[in-house]
Amino acid sequence: MPSPIDRRSMLAGSLALGSASLALPRMAFARAAGARNLLFVLLRGAADGMAMLAPVEDPGFAALRENALPDYAGAPRASGFFAIHPALVEIAAAHDRGEALFVHATATGYRERSHFEGQNLLETGGQRPYGLADGWLNRLVGLIGERDAGTPPRALAVAPTIPLALRGAAPVSSYAPSALPQASGDFMDRVARLYEGDAQFHALWSKAMETRAMAQDDGLKSLRNAKAAGELAASLMRSEDGARIAMIELGGWDSHANQSGQFARAARQLDALVGAYGSAMGSAWNDTLVLVTTEFGRTARFNGTGGTDHGTAGAAIAMGGTVMGRRVIADWPGLTEGALFGGRDLAPTTALESVLAGSVADHFGLDRKLAMTRLFPGRAATPITGIVRG
Amino acid sequence: MSRHSIALNRFGYGLRWRSAAARQPRDPESGLLAQMDRFDPAPPLVSGREDTSGEAGEILELIRRNRMMREGSGKAAGAMVEPTNRTAMGGPLANLPPEIRRSYLDAGRILRRDIAIRVNTAVRSDTPFIERLVHFWSNHFSVSAGKPGTQHQVANHEFAAIRPHVLGRFADMLKAAVLHPAMLLYLDQFQSVGPNSPFQQHARRRGNGRERGLNENLAREVLELHTLGVDGGYAQSDVTEFARALTGWTISGLKRIDRFAEPQPGGASFVAFAHEPGTRRIMGKSYSGSGPRQALAVLDDLARHPATARFVATKLARHFAGDEPPATLVSRLERDFLETGGDCASLARTLVASPEAWTDEPVKYRTPFEWLVSVLRLTGVENLDERRVAGALRELGQVPWRAPSPAGYDDLEGSWAGPDALVRRVELAERIARNVPSGDVMARAEAAFPGALSDNTRTWLSRAESGTQALGLLLVAPEMMRR
Repeated sequence: MPSPIDRRSMLAGSLALGSASLALPRMAFARAAGARNLLFVLLRGAADGMAMLAPVEDPGFAALRENALPDYAGAPRASGFFAIHPALVEIAAAHDRGEALFVHATATGYRERSHFEGQNLLETGGQRPYGLADGWLNRLVGLIGERDAGTPPRALAVAPTIPLALRGAAPVSSYAPSALPQASGDFMDRVARLYEGDAQFHALWSKAMETRAMAQDDGLKSLRNAKAAGELAASLMRSEDGARIAMIELGGWDSHANQSGQFARAARQLDALVGAYGSAMGSAWNDTLVLVTTEFGRTARFNGTGGTDHGTAGAAIAMGGTVMGRRVIADWPGLTEGALFGGRDLAPTTALESVLAGSVADHFGLDRKLAMTRLFPGRAATPITGIVRG
Repeated sequence: MSRHSIALNRFGYGLRWRSAAARQPRDPESGLLAQMDRFDPAPPLVSGREDTSGEAGEILELIRRNRMMREGSGKAAGAMVEPTNRTAMGGPLANLPPEIRRSYLDAGRILRRDIAIRVNTAVRSDTPFIERLVHFWSNHFSVSAGKPGTQHQVANHEFAAIRPHVLGRFADMLKAAVLHPAMLLYLDQFQSVGPNSPFQQHARRRGNGRERGLNENLAREVLELHTLGVDGGYAQSDVTEFARALTGWTISGLKRIDRFAEPQPGGASFVAFAHEPGTRRIMGKSYSGSGPRQALAVLDDLARHPATARFVATKLARHFAGDEPPATLVSRLERDFLETGGDCASLARTLVASPEAWTDEPVKYRTPFEWLVSVLRLTGVENLDERRVAGALRELGQVPWRAPSPAGYDDLEGSWAGPDALVRRVELAERIARNVPSGDVMARAEAAFPGALSDNTRTWLSRAESGTQALGLLLVAPEMMRR
């Protein structure tokens, strides 16, 4: 039976704070505020929010996606109304412990349907695609640096190159394991001297050497194993001189055809990655926030080939020791024909920028309004408070 | 950079050491234009290659059956389709004709072979400017071997749909590239069915659960990425209408429909009874024609649309004249495109004649593929083993026909100039330098960057403890990274 819910209310879990999270004592005096960690996970290709967190108690769901219902039989629930995709085992467990929450019917300000514009907007934090050249995550690094007497936190892309969200004026490193044999020490030294004469290469090289020193002997050859990638990200963050802010990308979400299997495969990767990351962070998990987002959602109905096409609103996940979890934050728009955006997509009711700005501001102890203005310039939306403990 | 160095490096793939003794053209500009006359769309490596792209549909159905079996047996399927020996032993492969069975099992090897053909063709080329254009257009019409069933198709897409048209008409390249089996598979077009087509009506009447419908993926990406560009003035209704016009275009060899398929030039098929009947209205124009010609007529109009001219001109200018392409160059190329009706050879000539493409300072960061080809040309490694080629490109982060999205690989410095990515180039450079004779590295450096070698680089090359070390340093010098 659908639970009677006020469609314009925030859906809260039965326990605002999960009992498990009360049972696990937090570190009473956390390390300095600067020791907080943020892992930003970008799902490229538009992950289907309605598959990630299925509104199974909305009668409209069965009407739109009857074929998908069996996928959620026995799946864990979030605030009674939603079913968590069964591939998200670790994330569901974290939710149950009060260390993860979902945001649903959320979208950036982008209302068209191009992946590339959508990702550009989500990564730059601009109001128009290609309007800004640097990324909001890089500006966050700068903002924290300003507060901490000009010392920006270490930032890292878990990738060979730096994704747009992390590009900008603040220094950022990148690292990903490779199968290439290390160059000889002498050759590396000579390259370093050759690059001293070139500002750009000198900066790239210095950053790379810092991170390589930290990542010694990871034993990996690539990022293909999601679990190992999660553990690697943790190993580069959990020590005192590790990165405080990192970003990792996952692809495979553009499920235009035969979505059920493709989504489950991608979701297993995501789950393995953040699950392994959480375990490997150890006690540093208590000071950690993981944000999982995607550029936009997908069509509410399946298309003619068992898939979904580019849509509008989707879901996001906040996870970590600082998260006030076991909840779904959603101003649920409903799934009736009239409620769908453009008659085809889940309607956006929560600004993703508010989720990002609000959660990172509270996590790092920044002024919320300042965070919004600097990370997402020109937005009128108010940052959402209470995603993480201040 | 000197004009000679610009012609070699910005327009081409750098100096080919083995042919360095051959007289360089006195005038770099006419040297580039002469390449247009010499270009061979089917050089020996390409024309001598065994084409295995015939059985698109059969292979795809095999992959799907295998995946269903694996998932049915509770094993998590990997993201991709490397066939295993286990699947080879029996099951769905047991009763197959040997040639299909071989194509299926050989997919990974064939792909590696084709990647090596692409690389080695560029390494040996005496028309590197045109090879660069081939790779530019191939990336514009990007397809990916990451999609099940495309591994035999992606190289064929570049060799058969791009190469022959690279100095021809944009409209012809557009039609060949969009309606090639690789693209039809990659962007899901092959299974898109008109909602009111006879196929769908039949399926509905039978109620056998085999109903299919529209998939708008290809239609959207053609408008957004191949022709008009995202600001090109199309609406959601244009996407849907174009998707309807495209219904019926599919791959050959799909069991249930193959006997109704009409073969099309380029290896695709058209199945009339999956085509959405009726007149389509796209970008303010009506298309009453039916059958395969309806989509072709739409593509012809898209190819000469002013938004397409602007979009293509911008991308071409960005590729040769900088991440922020000079507005004057974009306008000139745009005008050229409109005046010539999209003549790609004329675009290339205009580019070469444009002062914006000859600015002194380097304007681009070499992508991993460009860098590797330049390294192999400069070191004379012209027949690198298939596995090593594929492995190197994987570690460098740019495997051909494997871009992460239909937009192709980024053509921006920020996407490639990463700290870790730089270390990878250094590691690979040392390895390559150790495996080739170093010879006179200073002479090689001066020849590779005539009049453009920095004192800094010269100094550190001269202080190297060995020729091998000097060659390694040359391969990662700033001059090798920027063009």
